[in-house]
Amino acid sequence: MDMYERKIGDVILALDNISLSFGAMKVLDDVSFDVRQGEIRSIIGPNGAGKSSMLNVINGFYHPQQGSITFRGEKRKEMDVHKAAASGIARTFQNIALFKGMSTLDNIMTGRNLKMKCNIFQQAWYWGKAQKEEIEHRQKVEEIIDFLEIQNIRKTPVGRLPYGFQKRVELGRALAAEPEILLLDEPMAGMNVEEKEDMSRFILDINDEFGTTIILIEHDMGVVMDLSDRVVVLDYGRQLADGSPDEVRSNQTVIDAYLGVSH
Amino acid sequence: MIYREAGVYKSTYRADHAIFTIPQDRWSMIGIFAIAFLLIPAVGSEYWLGAIMLPFLILALAALGLNILTGYCGQLSLGTGGFMATGAFSAYKLATAFPDVHILFVILGAGLIAAAVGILFGIPSLRIKGFYLAVATLASQFFLIWMFITFGWFTNYSASGVISAPPMTIIGDIFVTGPQATLVAKYLFTLSIVVVMALVAKNLVRSNIGREWMAVRDMDIAAEIIGIPMLSTKLKAFAVSSFFCGVAGALWAFLYTGSVSPLAFGVDRSFQVLFMIIIGGLGSVMGAFLGAAFIVLLPILLNNLPTMLGLNIKTDMISHMEYMIFGALIVFFLIVEPHGLARLWSLLKEKLRLWPFPH
Amino acid sequence: MRIERDIIYIILGFIVLMVVVPWTAGQLSDQVFFNWPFFFEVAIGGLLSGVMYSLIALGFVLIFKASGVFNFSQGAIVLFAALTLVGLHGLGLPMWLAIVATMGVMFLLAVAIERLVLSKLVNQEPIILFMATIGIAYFLDGFGQTLWGSEVKVLNLGISEAPGFYFDGQILINDFDLFAAGIAAVMVVVLGIFFQYTRIGRALRAVADDHQAALSVGIPLKHIWIIVWTVAGLVGLVAGIMWGSKMGVQFALSLIALKALPVLILGGFTSVPGAIIGGLIIGAGEKLAEVFLAPMIGGGIEEWFAYMLALAFLAFRPQGLFGEKIIERV
Repeated sequence: MDMYERKIGDVILALDNISLSFGAMKVLDDVSFDVRQGEIRSIIGPNGAGKSSMLNVINGFYHPQQGSITFRGEKRKEMDVHKAAASGIARTFQNIALFKGMSTLDNIMTGRNLKMKCNIFQQAWYWGKAQKEEIEHRQKVEEIIDFLEIQNIRKTPVGRLPYGFQKRVELGRALAAEPEILLLDEPMAGMNVEEKEDMSRFILDINDEFGTTIILIEHDMGVVMDLSDRVVVLDYGRQLADGSPDEVRSNQTVIDAYLGVSH
Repeated sequence: MIYREAGVYKSTYRADHAIFTIPQDRWSMIGIFAIAFLLIPAVGSEYWLGAIMLPFLILALAALGLNILTGYCGQLSLGTGGFMATGAFSAYKLATAFPDVHILFVILGAGLIAAAVGILFGIPSLRIKGFYLAVATLASQFFLIWMFITFGWFTNYSASGVISAPPMTIIGDIFVTGPQATLVAKYLFTLSIVVVMALVAKNLVRSNIGREWMAVRDMDIAAEIIGIPMLSTKLKAFAVSSFFCGVAGALWAFLYTGSVSPLAFGVDRSFQVLFMIIIGGLGSVMGAFLGAAFIVLLPILLNNLPTMLGLNIKTDMISHMEYMIFGALIVFFLIVEPHGLARLWSLLKEKLRLWPFPH
Repeated sequence: MRIERDIIYIILGFIVLMVVVPWTAGQLSDQVFFNWPFFFEVAIGGLLSGVMYSLIALGFVLIFKASGVFNFSQGAIVLFAALTLVGLHGLGLPMWLAIVATMGVMFLLAVAIERLVLSKLVNQEPIILFMATIGIAYFLDGFGQTLWGSEVKVLNLGISEAPGFYFDGQILINDFDLFAAGIAAVMVVVLGIFFQYTRIGRALRAVADDHQAALSVGIPLKHIWIIVWTVAGLVGLVAGIMWGSKMGVQFALSLIALKALPVLILGGFTSVPGAIIGGLIIGAGEKLAEVFLAPMIGGGIEEWFAYMLALAFLAFRPQGLFGEKIIERV
């Protein structure tokens, strides 16, 4: 970690006293933490702890019943999915959510949809403005394809790709939006050691080269402790601990409730 | 050996984004255009032009429209007939209310009105999905047809409820509708419109809007989360799709049959067009044409087969057999290749690319 | 089954609308005749014909519930069953034997559909299966008529078609419709027991939830599909008998299925009680609209009224009256 010159800035996103429930089921119970510009922030906890729901709250897919979200100094009760995407929050999904019928290239191109400005008539005519725009964005997407080392599967329909590559394409689609905050939901689940190493490298490079703030959910404790600047621990929707990897590792509640049980 | 990709180097993204990246494809397309625009009008008989090529082209256009909505955007619609009827009756009202307006503008206007109606009936698609939506589109089908039958205003109070296209010219005294119009003029006019609109469809589906449609089709939640606005993307699909269907309906009424009643656009028509895209290939521009050709030619073949074989089968029997064969073919295609003729065609091309050295 | 309070409110809302709208129309327009006995006569007639819609909708629900397939061919199955019954009876079989034989035919049909179509489309997307059932519908329509001819045939059950007078002779109800309603009620109870309390019924529900999971715990998918299509065929046969004796056995029976679709979206695709209550609402609403609204806005609104009613309803409750609420997750 020391080889990187980290540029961690001010708080960019703060979640205060978030509670979320579906009917009688309480998914998040009074959770509060913040995220600083440029850091890698992890959320850990056993299955069903509410980690993915937390990401869904951050990008506005779920609307919490209580609490507030402060994003770039603006305090609000809940995020809106579309506005979240437009203001620079992108994410990947626990169960891959790629567009199965489209090629790798087209999938990543969809990540740039918010940046493409041609109207439907220009696109219907295509030649001229729409073509120019298409090619500009293609260049950007090709940079991402190079970065993720997936040049040879550019035109393959993603449904045919092996799991590890699908995870990469999904990361590529999120990167194509040039996000300020990147939410990664178990990017290494089901991968072997080499694939995990590749993915870790990509995550660090994204954070370092593009200065992207990353919120990470991951079960592999080794990876989490290596990559993260700060870690928040959830269990049954409640917040158990929040702090640096070392602090969390030595926290007795965490050891009892989580690390102690599953290891 | 002849059809190959090797040796075709694309050094710009522009070249990589072309519709036909392989030169042989471009040449065969030019060949098809030459046949369609020059050879067929020169040698085609009245029967071929009037009873085969015209319905084929017009239904292919409607299939293209439905394919945008269902094949690309994933919104299953059983309301195609209703939108075609909207196009036909709008064209009639426009042509009779403004007799001096050029036929191209009449058809364009009819398409736009159909698009507006499509948007209206597309609004429920935000909340209703899948089969619920398919049934909801039937509501538009039944409502629109009922409206054109019930309110005399749409047919200018004709007693029979049938509308007849007024004679209109394309340029000078070349008529494309009415009794003076020649089949060649009708055919070339229809062909030109269909070619231009097929190009528009191809452009749309290879652009950002096309990718947004497919994203909504493949996984709507993920599409929404990456910032694709759900309502406007779906409504654009409904609008473009109904525009195509509306133009097809106007051409059907004005150029193909000349006069038409709302019943020509009943729920059977909706299913006919749906079969075209299933058999041709969901989510493929080429598939709309292949499917339309298949569905138009099959009944003609079935009707003529007994005579050719010297069998004597009653006509109602033939129509029942037609149902059976249609049904069996639909199932057969879905089992063998859910992506239709277009996929079979591209598999063939992939083989051809490697031929004669497949390893 | 626990009934949500919302559902009761919605149903009460429908009932209030069905009374208030015709009454208001009667007050406002000279062209609309309204008095209470007449209103009840129309409403009861509508409810009874709604039961007939429910009978068709039940077939859809069964297959959807147990296999997740939206079976568009239910109408064609109704027609095919009725044609076969009348055809066999015409060949000289006594009615009871013809019914038993037709039940056998429906079983064979289920086997054929499973072998030739469904087994080849396992794990395909629902939309592909739906389109396959459209293919089956076309095939059956053609096959039945090729076999038995397409002229309208009479099916006589020996029940009087004569109207009976009830409530001091003020309200006129068809005895036949009452009989049909009784049959439908019996069917619902039997099916409800079948799904809830028998081993096969539970297996059916397991398959509906997840094909692969059901397979992995040893439920043979093949048999389940044959059973459920057979049951849907039998329900189709009952519907075919009732509808066929009402309007003659003819191609139009196949189109009746289109009438049942709004019932489905109103009641929810997966709910047997939904099919019944949806049918009642659609049946009554449609008849009341035709009598009390059509004089004001133009005849023939029966064509689309049910669809518009269902569509308007969906805007508020996209999963239908009794459908399971969809929680979206990523």
